[in-house]
Amino acid sequence: MEEGFFATFLIVLAFACIIIAGKTYDQVMGFHTTIGALFAAVGAFIIFKNYFNDGGIAIPQEIEGKPNYNLGPIKFGAWAAVFWGVAGFTVGLIIALQLAYPVLNFDLPYTNFGRLRPLHTSAVIFAFGGNVLLATSFYVVQRTSRARMPGRIAPWFVILGYNAFIVIAGTGYLFGATQSKEYAEPEWYADLWLTIVWVVYLLVFLGTLWKRKEPHIYVANWFYLAFIVTIAMLHIVNNLTIPVSVFGTKSYIVWSGVQDAMVQWWYGHNAVGFFLTAGFLAIMYYFIPKRAERPVYSYRLSIIHFWALIFLYIWAGPHHLHYTALPQWASTLGATFSIMLWMPSWGGMINGLMTLSGAWDKLRTDPVLRMMVVSVAFYGMSTFEGPLMSLRSVNSLSHYTDWTIGHVHSGALGWVGYVSFGALYCLIPWLWNKKQVYSLKLVNWHFWISTIGIVLYITAMWVSGIMQGLMWRAYDQLGFLEYSFIETVEAMHPFYVIRALGGVLFVAGSLIMAYNLIMTVRRGEAAEIEAAPSGAVAPAE
Amino acid sequence: MDGVYTELASFAQTFGLVYFVILFLGVVAYALWPKNRKRFEEAAHIPLRED
Repeated sequence: MEEGFFATFLIVLAFACIIIAGKTYDQVMGFHTTIGALFAAVGAFIIFKNYFNDGGIAIPQEIEGKPNYNLGPIKFGAWAAVFWGVAGFTVGLIIALQLAYPVLNFDLPYTNFGRLRPLHTSAVIFAFGGNVLLATSFYVVQRTSRARMPGRIAPWFVILGYNAFIVIAGTGYLFGATQSKEYAEPEWYADLWLTIVWVVYLLVFLGTLWKRKEPHIYVANWFYLAFIVTIAMLHIVNNLTIPVSVFGTKSYIVWSGVQDAMVQWWYGHNAVGFFLTAGFLAIMYYFIPKRAERPVYSYRLSIIHFWALIFLYIWAGPHHLHYTALPQWASTLGATFSIMLWMPSWGGMINGLMTLSGAWDKLRTDPVLRMMVVSVAFYGMSTFEGPLMSLRSVNSLSHYTDWTIGHVHSGALGWVGYVSFGALYCLIPWLWNKKQVYSLKLVNWHFWISTIGIVLYITAMWVSGIMQGLMWRAYDQLGFLEYSFIETVEAMHPFYVIRALGGVLFVAGSLIMAYNLIMTVRRGEAAEIEAAPSGAVAPAE
Repeated sequence: MDGVYTELASFAQTFGLVYFVILFLGVVAYALWPKNRKRFEEAAHIPLRED
């Protein structure tokens, strides 16, 4: 039944792609529909192949009284996250170097900063972060519900379909297909595909909760659910576009003017709030207690944290539009809610940090836990900085400068990056039944190299951004602007170099992680000598 | 059109506010209700009780 549904859908999709590929006047559309047809056909083929090999045999829900968790899609998602992480950080490093040395644009459209920049942001947020969220959410919801995810095809459809979306979106940017909306660049056909994948994701997640053996739904699942539902809503409303033609990539949004700007930043800020915050808070609420082997500091605080975050975040978007055509009351409202967000943000941070109370020594001995705890500290820091920057007076200095970039990266590298790394260092050994990661020493190296990288990055951008903002608003005695734009760019050069150096360190750290995780899977036994073998892995050395 | 906007806006600014505040107070009461304490303490142990 499920096989038939997905196979039919993929076959219809493959034919639709072939028809569009044949009739299109648009080379990018031709390329994407070819990829789409290929992916859909391969997907349908695999469904048929598996069905005729073992069709009809029901997968047991439990084995020896224990839930038979579905780990395959999670494994794929975890490695996809590692791959896209390294790729996305590297593209970030390239564009950082391009800003310092413009010659690296190579005068080609495909390697131009304007096209690589969305490639970087989407690769790190949606490809790296998204795969981390998919993998961990599937893991956490199954474990805390003590039930296997429903569906044979659906979980695979979600994880593979999502990565197909990433490929379509990323190649689209390089070839110039974009909606030009920050974090919502993919064109209409990619958006439609993501909507389908996302609805299946929601159904799989809800289906697991429906089947749960545990009466209470653990708080991490609330955060994941809020993330899935809200992202669905944001994605649909901000991508209500009408394509010029089914055979072309170009589309136009139904909103216009300031309404479009407001919808875009309602979307954009809540992508931060519900993708990069709620989703990763779910990781915090599961992985930190698990790693520290103690329950979360206050479960009651976590409930208030959750609802306060949900009630407040959704209103904060207009602070992106100070001094624009947006009415002042609206941007004041956005700033007010941003300030109120201090409370849930710090409540959540305290809850994460205090989970370690009585076990602070573990920070010294366990670099994985240290990484996650430092990520929570970065969360506290960047959510303190953000509301300040949302105030109109501060924003008039900070907006459009590198200060914003520095702020975003203290959240992205420090909070999202570190909590994801910590989760991967936990998840990969668990998935492959290893006692521990291959080398905790290498985790330690990763931690310190990346931390120095982040500090270089943030401090360089603070200095550069504030300097840039002050230079823009400097007047001479006669009331003329004191600096031309190019003078501000010139003044920022040294800080761009320092930032790129920070990027080098962060990429280096991620490469150490990739090596460490690969070795964990390949040579995990070495780490398992001390403990009594669980019987899952046999070979002796 | 203008009238519809004004009506909707004033409705949201009054009843909407009251509704959300009451809803949130309900959440706080639920979280802090003494009778729920034990349930939440058990819930906090869910990740640690896995097999």
